[in-house]
Amino acid sequence: MIPLPSALRLAAAALAFFFAAATAQAAGPEKQLSGVLEAIEANNLDLATQRVEALIAAHPNFRLAHLIRGDLLLARARPLETFGNVPKTVPREKVEDLRAEALLRLRALRDRPNADQVPRYVLQLTAEQKHALVVDSRRSRLYLFENVAGRAQYVADYYVTLGKNGVEKTREGDQKTPIGVYHVTANLPRQKLTDFYGAGAYPINYPNAWDKHMGRNGHGIWLHGTPSDTYSRPPRASDGCIVLANADLEAVGRTVQIGLTPVIIADEIDWVDAATLEEERKGLAQAFESWRADWESRDTGRYLRHYAAKFNSDDQDDLATWSERKRKVNAGKSWIKVATSRVSMLQYPRERFVVVSFDQDYRSSNLSNMMRKRQYWIQDGGAWRILYEGSE
Amino acid sequence: MIAFPDPRLARAALLGALLALSFAVRADDLQDASKLLRAGQHQQALERVNKILSAKPKDPQARFLKGLIYAEQGNTKDATEIFLGLTKDYPDLPEPYNNLAVIYASQGQYDKARGALEQSIRTHPSYATAYENLGDVYAKLASQAYDKALQIDSANAGAKNKLALVRDLVGGPAGTQVAAAPAAAATPAPVPVPAPAPAATPAPTVKEPAKAPVVAAVEPAKPSPAPAEKPAPTKAGGGDVVDTVRAWAKAWAAKDVDGYLAFYAKDFQTPGGESRADWEKGRRQRISAPKSITVTVDAPKVSLTGDSQARVTFRQGYSSDVIKAANTTKTLLLTKVDGRWLIQQERVGN
Repeated sequence: MIPLPSALRLAAAALAFFFAAATAQAAGPEKQLSGVLEAIEANNLDLATQRVEALIAAHPNFRLAHLIRGDLLLARARPLETFGNVPKTVPREKVEDLRAEALLRLRALRDRPNADQVPRYVLQLTAEQKHALVVDSRRSRLYLFENVAGRAQYVADYYVTLGKNGVEKTREGDQKTPIGVYHVTANLPRQKLTDFYGAGAYPINYPNAWDKHMGRNGHGIWLHGTPSDTYSRPPRASDGCIVLANADLEAVGRTVQIGLTPVIIADEIDWVDAATLEEERKGLAQAFESWRADWESRDTGRYLRHYAAKFNSDDQDDLATWSERKRKVNAGKSWIKVATSRVSMLQYPRERFVVVSFDQDYRSSNLSNMMRKRQYWIQDGGAWRILYEGSE
Repeated sequence: MIAFPDPRLARAALLGALLALSFAVRADDLQDASKLLRAGQHQQALERVNKILSAKPKDPQARFLKGLIYAEQGNTKDATEIFLGLTKDYPDLPEPYNNLAVIYASQGQYDKARGALEQSIRTHPSYATAYENLGDVYAKLASQAYDKALQIDSANAGAKNKLALVRDLVGGPAGTQVAAAPAAAATPAPVPVPAPAPAATPAPTVKEPAKAPVVAAVEPAKPSPAPAEKPAPTKAGGGDVVDTVRAWAKAWAAKDVDGYLAFYAKDFQTPGGESRADWEKGRRQRISAPKSITVTVDAPKVSLTGDSQARVTFRQGYSSDVIKAANTTKTLLLTKVDGRWLIQQERVGN
């Protein structure tokens, strides 16, 4: 073989420095990418080239792989100045997009989720909710969790493209991705879509009740795939949608349950110890149970202790109106039975409240009904209290 | 049409006269053919070469020249065939691989060009033209990869024509001789005699008065940075020859181009037969270009012929931030001028 010119070693050092150490626990093309980088770090550019070529053979439209291959080839001609050492004539943003994607993918390869930690958003899932999706916007990453006895257990994570203008969508056309707790509302198969959406699409319920309450508008926020000419898109490129590589969308799609699967979009996932989160969940579950029991007791004063001073109902009742109405209603009853089931508890990113959704089976001496309810619970003066209550 | 090399890469192409060097019998014919080719008279050149080949169908020099003629005529198919044939019959010659690569590259077949150039370098690790061509091929392949990465098409026609077609079957940068390694079947060629310089070679005797500084004699235009070692009085057994070689290597490694050039005698026979000025220009460029150079001299063997002629053979290691070449055997013929050993000839091999 040709002796490895020292220029390559310099280049290898530059690439390795840029990428830092990436571990090989990821799946699919990212695992292959990781293998390429390991070879670069080990200063084995022949192996790196071989691996990147295998990666390209498997994913011919993986543009980032082509960029790295370009660098590996150019390094044999002259020392590299930078990662993605494309000619100066190339518009800067074109290569910056790929550099950004590289950094994000590699950071994700390096910073694997800790087995003892969970995102603090998923306190409790209902038994039917088999999975939950949590998006870390800063890392351009979607994490897939499995429901194990109501708790989130990490399964996989995927690179995603988000809105051109970042997150916190408020207006139609602002090209931002919303932050919040959503769920998948539909499944649009590939056949019903143009090539632009790739393998399919899963719309989510933006704007949700909280968004509407906050006066946010816009619509059509989907999880969807990539067009056939590219394996992935830059980290910030969509009009607000969450875009995955087609194979990843298909993998995620296999876990999605329409109307059930939560999609939580956060700025940066707040990872907490599973044990800490379990404590928090227990505290909230106790408060929730206490609220139910106090309602059954028909002691309206005890029942109303569970409501926050800033409470609102979906009928726009404030706490005073609500209290007055509850006292009147409860006074006319000789007994009340309240059963709750299918309870999910999801912390709302950026907000202080936890969304608690449940089936409520209400029976009383003069009225019975069943409904799906939603409450926002906050920590208020050292206790969990209800900020909002309404039907779902 | 294969573009003629760009000047930077064309050094090896200036070696016209050397074509004749080892086959005296047909030297004139070959030389004539070569001249005709350079004059652009392809048809006449071809006739002359065919005449040689009718007598000696396997002759590598003539076949190589024929390949060149075809290449310059734009007949890449036949040129490819000839160069391919030469790589099979003479797998140790780097030039046919190089020229094959140039043709492949001109057709946009950069992967094949790369393969051929890597072969060329495998046979001659210090073959600078192939390295430079390979560098260009890698850059081109990189550019194609970047195009795919960025989903753009930056293909510019000009870039295709950058590679240097080697015009002479001579070997590496220091003039490896073609006849050194013909394949088994071929007639063993006579041992190459150091190339007789073209007509214009200055007389071998230095005419300057004894006290004229040697450096000035070599290169009057340059200030004389006086190489580190003193004009050694005399050391027994060629020790001062070895000192000179080491000092030469040191100046080279230090990228002290003037100091380095000062080790060459006024009548130094440039390896490609090019003019002293062209040769110096080339060396200056090659030595200045890398950021760092390492040159090692191992196991020097000196033989003295008389008081003022020496021949030293050693293992030369060369690496720079751009290239790491495998060790090569280098031979220097030195002459003593005014008490200093100066290099008259430099070549790869014994």
